[in-house]
Parts: sequence; C-alpha cells; structure tokens
Amino acid sequence: MTEAAMLRYTREQMAARVARDIPEGAYVNLGIGLPTMVANFLPAEREIVLHSENGLLGMGPAPMPGFEDPDLINAGKQPVTLLPGGAYFHHADSFAMMRGGHLDICVLGAFQVSTGGDLANWHTGAPDAIPAVGGAMDLAIGAKNVYVMMDHLTKSGESKIVARCTCPVTGLACVDRIYTDLAVIDVAPGGLRVIEIVDGLSFGELQRMTGVPLGRPSPAAHRPRNPATKNS
Amino acid sequence: MIDKTVRTAAAAVSDVPDGATIMIGGFGTAGMPSALIDALIDQGARDLTIVNNNAGNGEIGLAALLRSKRVRKIICSFPRQTDSHVFDALFRAGEVELELVPQGNLAERIRAAGAGIGGFFTPTGYGTLLAAGKETRFIDGRNCVLEHPIHADFALIKAERGDRWGNLVYRKTARNFGPVMASAAKCSIVEVREIVPLGTLDPEAIVTPGIFVQRVVAVAGAGKPARPQAEA
Repeated sequence: MTEAAMLRYTREQMAARVARDIPEGAYVNLGIGLPTMVANFLPAEREIVLHSENGLLGMGPAPMPGFEDPDLINAGKQPVTLLPGGAYFHHADSFAMMRGGHLDICVLGAFQVSTGGDLANWHTGAPDAIPAVGGAMDLAIGAKNVYVMMDHLTKSGESKIVARCTCPVTGLACVDRIYTDLAVIDVAPGGLRVIEIVDGLSFGELQRMTGVPLGRPSPAAHRPRNPATKNS
Repeated sequence: MIDKTVRTAAAAVSDVPDGATIMIGGFGTAGMPSALIDALIDQGARDLTIVNNNAGNGEIGLAALLRSKRVRKIICSFPRQTDSHVFDALFRAGEVELELVPQGNLAERIRAAGAGIGGFFTPTGYGTLLAAGKETRFIDGRNCVLEHPIHADFALIKAERGDRWGNLVYRKTARNFGPVMASAAKCSIVEVREIVPLGTLDPEAIVTPGIFVQRVVAVAGAGKPARPQAEA
C-alpha cells in the first residue's frame, strides 16, 4: 500500500461529504475555516437553517461584489446575506440557542480529537501564542451533534486522532463524528468506529496510520466510493 | 420631561473616571461605537478595564484606545485576529492584562449582571484551562462551572435609531452585545444614526427598552456601514 494509490479527499470532497449528512430541517452552525465550505455543498432541495453565533439564523451566501454590508457579517467577520425567514438576535440569545441544545449540528475544525471524543481546537498550547477562544467552547458542548472536520494526519505525519489530547482541550467527550481526508469515524460509547474509508486505503493501513484502536466498518456500511476496501 | 439625548459624544463621555470598567459593544467593527470611543480617547480617562468580544481591529476604535495606553485590562473572547497588532504588541510587552472568556460565557455573564443574577452554572468550558480553579457542580447529568456576572460602570453601544427615552433598534448583526451590555452597566451611552420623535419606534420592534439606557447621542455616520473589514 502506498499513499499514491489512495484517493485522499480534497477539502471540497470533505465538505461535500459532511454536507451529505446534514438532513432537511436541521439548524446548523458551521465553524470558521474549513467547516464554512460545507455551506457550498448543501443540497438545494433541503431546507437547512444556518446559524452564526454573532447573531443570525438563516444565513445566506456571500453577497455579490459591491453589495457587502459591514453590519451583516458571519462569525468569521466575512460579509454574508440573510435568507427570507432569517432573523437577527443578540449574543445572549444566540448562545442560548447553542448551550440550550437547540442547534442540531455544529461542524468544527480541530487540532486533535481523542478516542473518548475530547476536542482540542482553540489553542495549540505554544507558550508564546496569544490565546483566543471565541465561541469554540460553547459550540463544543452546545449542539446536539458535534462533527469535526480535519486532516487525518499532521503535516509531520502524526495522527490527529489520539488517545489523549496533548493540546489544551476545548470540551470533554463532546465529539460525535470525525470527517477526515481519509475516513469518516464515529465516536461511539465502545470507542471509535470507522464508517467509511477513502478508495485505495485498507482498514489495516488506516489503523496503522491512526495509532489508536479503531472499530471496523460494518459490512453493511454505506461506502459508495470505496468498493476496493470491502474485504480488506 | 425625560430627555436622555446628549448633544455630542464628548459630552456623553465627559464624566468617565480613571479606573472605570467600560463595556464596548461590537463584534469586530460591526456595532463598534467608534464616535464614543474616539470621544473617550480625547477625554483622557486611563487605567480602564474594557469588556468587548475582541481586542481591537486595525488602528481605529478600540485599537486606537489601546494604543493610547489607557487600558489596564481587557475582558474578551477573541483578542487574536489578523489585524489585532495593537493588542498583540501591548500583550507581549506585558502592558495590558487579558481575561479570556468563552464567547457565550461572556454574553451570559453580562446578561446575568443586567438581570441581577448572582452567578450561574454552565457546561461551557468544563475541564478546560479557562475553568481552572473555578467551582464545579454536576447538574442534570452534566458537569458545570460556576461563572460570575460582569458589571460595568459604563457601556458604549452603537444602535441604528433611538428616541429621547432611550428606546433602541439596531441594524442587522451590529446588534450583537448591545442589548445585554445596555442592561449591565450603571450608565449606558448609545450612539445612534438617528434620534427619532417619541412614539415613532414600533413598540413591538423595540429591542432595548429605554429603562436600560441613560444617554443617547446622534452621530453622523453611526449606524451606517463602516468600511469593509479584514477577515479574522
């Protein structure tokens, strides 16, 4: 098995893969960075309401050039639009939507996720870094389902799925599902369970690269892009 | 006759003493009360504690206040941004103290102060560095952290329209922290784009009732879009 043979997901494919799992009628918060791209792949036939923690529901796409309004921005402080039916509200209400368990799904980036679902995504732990947390800790514990989107490995090839987070944690036992460029993995009570693997990568290889114990995908798992790994 | 209108921003902030705790509305530059901040810089109060979501952008508004070395401490959730170089330099030089608060806790601690709540238990931040040393309790199946209210001497807020009783409506996501900050400060000062005659604002749509507001000043340009801002 060589890396050349495996069809690692691009960022767009990761975003499209997450989007596939967001159902009709869901209230969803997409975190800053990679998760923001999920919005571009939500199926047009599904009515999905996007929440932005700075105070809006029903967030629409970026405005046409020249129509930006500095008073209408998302949590990443980028100009956005409001869809018909959208609403504005103040910060305490916005975080009540999270903390109160009203949001169905949030999608967050991460530095590390532990086998128990601990999330580290706010601080690398570098001693000279200026810490900033924003809404990360509120989102981590707030949504009914917390999905993480991240590269499977660090740039130096270490697994970002770990037995214990070495970066400072954002929340404990809060992650439900991990989408990486190599696999989709559920955080289940019995441990991590692989749902899908990209084409050309065997379960054994994924296990070796990940380092922590993974549960095998069930034979019935929906893996339309991945026939080659069916018997691996 | 009740008349909370003040003729100028300078007059509105003239009695801010050294050592005051001041809440400043805004998320990035959306909702930042730039005219009131500029007036505060000219007024000269120092040794201030500032409560804001961020720690200034570029060279204007809160960044300009920081650069004038009037701020002893800042309580915020997300100081580090692409254009927060003024704060970054002061922080690295040890010239400003930082209390980092998760964004939802920041909003709720401010709301608690305005609502007369003595403190609250929240799952946000449990098990993280930002809850270190804080009292915890297991409530309704979740580990929670005790958080205390944040009171202020003054709040500086930007709204779209106000009347002489201090009733306010905001504009889009510039609303953000305005309503909760207005309730949490002993003296809330609001810059509005337009002061309208009493009875003009739709009572069903007033976001901040005048009881939470002490001073209203009309500022040319307030409420109108500021210039587009950098991603952060």
